[in-house]
Amino acid sequence: MIKKWLIEMGSPPLFYKWSTKILPWLFISAILILGIGLFWGLLFAPTDYKQGDVYRILYIHVPSAILGQSIFMFMAFCGFINVIWRAKISGMMLKSAAPIGVSFTLLALVTGSIWGKPTWGTWWVWDARLTSTLILFFIYTALIGLHSTIDDKTKADRAVSILSIVGLAIIPVIKKSVDWWQTLHQPSTFTITSSPSMSPDMYQPLLICLIGFYLFFALLLTLNLRNEILERERTKNWVKQLLGGVG
Amino acid sequence: MNPIRKQRLYALVAILIGSLLATWLVISALSENMNLFYSPTEIKVAELNEDTLIRAGGMVKTGSIIKDTNSLNVVFTVTDYQNDLEINYEGILPDLFAENAGVVVRGNLNTDGSFKAIEVLAKHDENYMPPEVAKLMQEDS
Repeated sequence: MIKKWLIEMGSPPLFYKWSTKILPWLFISAILILGIGLFWGLLFAPTDYKQGDVYRILYIHVPSAILGQSIFMFMAFCGFINVIWRAKISGMMLKSAAPIGVSFTLLALVTGSIWGKPTWGTWWVWDARLTSTLILFFIYTALIGLHSTIDDKTKADRAVSILSIVGLAIIPVIKKSVDWWQTLHQPSTFTITSSPSMSPDMYQPLLICLIGFYLFFALLLTLNLRNEILERERTKNWVKQLLGGVG
Repeated sequence: MNPIRKQRLYALVAILIGSLLATWLVISALSENMNLFYSPTEIKVAELNEDTLIRAGGMVKTGSIIKDTNSLNVVFTVTDYQNDLEINYEGILPDLFAENAGVVVRGNLNTDGSFKAIEVLAKHDENYMPPEVAKLMQEDS
């Protein structure tokens, strides 16, 4: 049952058809939840005792940083599937996720910088957390660059798959950087071992924002992937039929 | 899993382990230099040259901030709860600079063992709460 479903999802035309159905739902839920989270966090959550209203940028900064890293892990997972099972759709997913991941990482760097100026007193400092995140950003750009230099898309997918698995080593470094070294960036507020050092009326909207960001990523990924499918399968009959014989 | 796939899986796992190992080697080679700042104790032990530009960090000692009324000069003490370091600074302090809060300063040591800072950065901690909660917690303690 699951195997059959996986094989179906792995087929570009079937994925395309299926995604047409879920797209409106994805769109509504992403906008709704992201909207609620951001409104709640930016307007209604209490101000911080030390930072005042400046801290509110974390409702964008934290989810973007988390997404930047999760999308990379997602890409490495796709890469894994792509190399071992050679499923065409996994390569397309990998390629479609990269520009979204790099955007979120950039957003995390920019919002962090904007927050850093008034709170720390500097836009940028070469501490371990900031530097490792910048390296992640460069790995993303390398993946995108590598894909576009290889004309054969299947080969490009495979090369990027392997590079994404190599790059995976940066993720634990980013995560643990604030514990391993002395950094200007503060240690994690949320840990598995202890209760969060943030009051509930501040982290509840953050959680909603995070879910909203994940849904937004799913929406962007689906849209990107649909375009990628159409482009790569443009000579196939089902695409020609779908587009009414144009092109 | 058929043999070819299994082979690919092993190759990928080998790549991942290799990459992790390489990263670990780089990190352990850089380890000391990965720290953004030195603590007062480390500075005391190191016996640094006076014109070496370094970053020092720690907590601002309670009651140690002395602001000059006519200029932007400020003197304060940074501590790691073992050793203290006196900091001289002339300039605008960041908003989060306060007693008993983390701070990172860049500059060099003076001949008398105090520190001449050319940049002061405030370090934020991982705690977030509304002002009312902070007030309650202060009353409790």
